[in-house]
Amino acid sequence: MSWLDVAMQGGIWALEILAIAVPIALSVAYITYAERRVIGWMQIRKGCNRVGPAGLLQPIADGLKLFLKETIIPTTANKYLFVAAPVMALVPALVAFAVVPFGETTLFGFWEETHVMAIANLNVGVLYVMAISSLAIYGILMAGWASNSKYALIGALRATGQMISYEIAMGFSIVCVLIMAGSMNLSAIVHAQAGEYGFLNWYIIPLFPMFVVFFISGCAETNRSPFDLPEGEAELVAGFFVEYSGMWFATFSLAEYAAMILISLMTAIMFLGGWYAPLPADFPVVGAFFDAIPGTVWLLGKTSFLIFVFIWFRATFPRFRYDQLMRLGWKVFLPWTLSWIAVIGMATYAGDISSNLTWISDVIGFWQPWR
Amino acid sequence: MLETVFFYLFGGLAVLAGMGVVLAHNTMHSVMFLIFCFFNAAGLFFLLDAEFIGIILILIYVGAVMVLFMFVIMMLDVNRAKLREGFLQYLPMGGIIAVILLVELIASASSGVFVSDEMVQAVHLGQEVNNTVEIGKELYTKYLLGFEVAAIILLVALVGAIVLTLRERKDAKYQNISAQVNTRKEDRLRKVKM
Repeated sequence: MSWLDVAMQGGIWALEILAIAVPIALSVAYITYAERRVIGWMQIRKGCNRVGPAGLLQPIADGLKLFLKETIIPTTANKYLFVAAPVMALVPALVAFAVVPFGETTLFGFWEETHVMAIANLNVGVLYVMAISSLAIYGILMAGWASNSKYALIGALRATGQMISYEIAMGFSIVCVLIMAGSMNLSAIVHAQAGEYGFLNWYIIPLFPMFVVFFISGCAETNRSPFDLPEGEAELVAGFFVEYSGMWFATFSLAEYAAMILISLMTAIMFLGGWYAPLPADFPVVGAFFDAIPGTVWLLGKTSFLIFVFIWFRATFPRFRYDQLMRLGWKVFLPWTLSWIAVIGMATYAGDISSNLTWISDVIGFWQPWR
Repeated sequence: MLETVFFYLFGGLAVLAGMGVVLAHNTMHSVMFLIFCFFNAAGLFFLLDAEFIGIILILIYVGAVMVLFMFVIMMLDVNRAKLREGFLQYLPMGGIIAVILLVELIASASSGVFVSDEMVQAVHLGQEVNNTVEIGKELYTKYLLGFEVAAIILLVALVGAIVLTLRERKDAKYQNISAQVNTRKEDRLRKVKM
């Protein structure tokens, strides 16, 4: 490989990274706008509508304001970790997008075969996302500790306890998906949900309880309302980022919203059929029309809907009490997911135990293309 | 060539981070160095195409074990002056152990086992070998008994930890959450005819 090739490859990688990172940063800005408008609509008020047409320039104004504000570092704070903490929160949230497949393309017939639109089509994609998103805790933990403030510390402790607890339920609900798909590759999981019955092939049908667990755990993982105890205004002022201001403060919310997009994307990929349309192409009337819409649009549409549900949650539910939160994670979700793994596992191999039970594995085999 | 560069990069950074763990004054910084060290070890696994083990290393050690470590360290009130107090007293003992370890390392390195011709060379198995599947097959067939025994030991440790730390306080008041959740409107609200 000559140096020119290396440079070309590096340039392509840089472009791929930019093609994902820039839209994420933009969508984070506009999700904050959408959040304010949607919650406003739900609470029968306007939301932001002053800056620009229909308030569309509000995120830019907010960003500019935060950018121009002074970054204050408390005197007793641990300077290095205080400055590093927002970065440690943001980096995992962005790095996790490296394995997310955004669709399949032949580049309008330019390529012979279809390529998966992901920076890295990793064999252990699901595990990678789990591993990287579990690193987001460090940003919060560091922020809480380095601030040298009791509110921040309590917020960080709460966040850590919460994220560790819900990660387990999340992991177990993913295990069910892995049993069904027979692969940890995210694009293979989407392919496993392809079929001639449209949305009936999606994993939301056999794994509906796991879909609920995954999404709610995702809500808790990203510290979104109603699980936003780490930043409970009433008792902790603002939780782990009390001492932050200006751009460093904005970095935390950037990380939070990026994590929210990631959870929505993962839910869409693992349970809602990824880039496949909900109805087969030969379905009367709308089938052909649905088929003409590119897969990426379907995936992003599903993701947008799930982000809307996140916002909807925030407008609907009051905040949990901490013991209720822990009870839900450990005493409800954990047994629930564990027993569902056992059910799915036994159903998968029921036919091997006795020929009378073959119908069970046949039923579940409908969703298991590896059989 | 690139692989060698990355090997020395990850290896060197892992050694530096390991030294940082020992030499950092602040416990929190030590933990961060340790996490960085784990990352580099994971990088070395990736170079060997062992992506499953690499990811698991990050997922378990960095994502779970170190977080709990940090959880504890955050709560500690480390008094550095007090830690330094016994430094000279423990120095001879520590020094002897360090010298013995150094001699052992040099002896084993020069024993001839690590001659480059006789070293096992890592071979790339290529993309078609899915090492998650391979590990799963080995673990659940050939080493099933060992795997189950390890699982039971872990379970016992888990139960033991809970039993050790569980203390019920009779004077504390707890909500009965299932009673709270199962409350219906009729239990609280009664229509009275006036």
